[in-house]
Amino acid sequence: MKIIPLWLHKLSSPPVFYRFAGTLRPWFLWSALVLAAVGLYGGLVLAPADYQQGDAYRIIFIHVPSAWMSLFIYICMAVAGLIAMVWRIKLAEVIAMECAPIGAAFTLVTLITGSLWGKPMWGTWWTWDARLTSELVLLFLYLGVIGLFSAIEDRRRAARAASLLALVGVVNLPIIHYSVVWWNTLHQGTTVRLLGPSKIAPDMLWPLLLMALATHLYFFASLLNRARVGLLAVEGGKEWARALIAEKADA
Amino acid sequence: MHDFIVMGGYAAYVWPAYAVFFIVFAWDWIAPTLRRRQLLNELRGRVARERLRRERSQASAQRESASGSMS
Repeated sequence: MKIIPLWLHKLSSPPVFYRFAGTLRPWFLWSALVLAAVGLYGGLVLAPADYQQGDAYRIIFIHVPSAWMSLFIYICMAVAGLIAMVWRIKLAEVIAMECAPIGAAFTLVTLITGSLWGKPMWGTWWTWDARLTSELVLLFLYLGVIGLFSAIEDRRRAARAASLLALVGVVNLPIIHYSVVWWNTLHQGTTVRLLGPSKIAPDMLWPLLLMALATHLYFFASLLNRARVGLLAVEGGKEWARALIAEKADA
Repeated sequence: MHDFIVMGGYAAYVWPAYAVFFIVFAWDWIAPTLRRRQLLNELRGRVARERLRRERSQASAQRESASGSMS
């Protein structure tokens, strides 16, 4: 029995993945931009103002998708990191490491937009409550992974060491998710549910879901974009990378 | 249009949030492009240096063989 199908094996070869990522990248990016444009029109123009929060709630359309992505990307990074540590697949190492800056970007956006939403609604930019603090810890975990990766000279050993750190940090994910249930907090509870009815008006829900889809697509576009560069960095001496610059010199 | 810009009095919070969102992801998209350009330049330099070294060693080998045949 073959555990890894042949096409997947081929795809994990750096030159094949480099080309594959190059063709897929624009499709992900443009679909993300189109969905975000429609979602933001729905959220900023069509959706009515909230009866309690007025128009300030409109930050939700970037804050909540970013928060979801900060967790989703961490899971992706940890899974790729686990594969990198167990099977030592070069592509998995690159993908795990390139997830980190995108995840850090989404976490930073979550914290800043949350702060800008908290000021008019709670009267404070920041409070040390469970949800906010655990999300800040997530940012430090991402920065730790990036820092550890850049501190070790050997790119492949660095990726595996940072992957281990990423795996240890997984304990923070359930803490973030359940923080609004486990502790008393200023932060509001879950409004959108996968199972059962959501506690949000449909006029506000569809732009939010569209933005969530757009941020996922953007993440894949950005990951492909970054993985290409990461592969080039580890495979710089290889024949295919040399052929690439020869191609560029002719063009 | 005016209502849209004013955001019910919350413009000072809503618009900076959106600005941060777009600035961060513009950076996220541009940063790898810059790194890629830098990497390709380094690689190009490395290939050029290697070619130069190869040509030099070939030239000196030819010179040595020429002086060897004269003596």
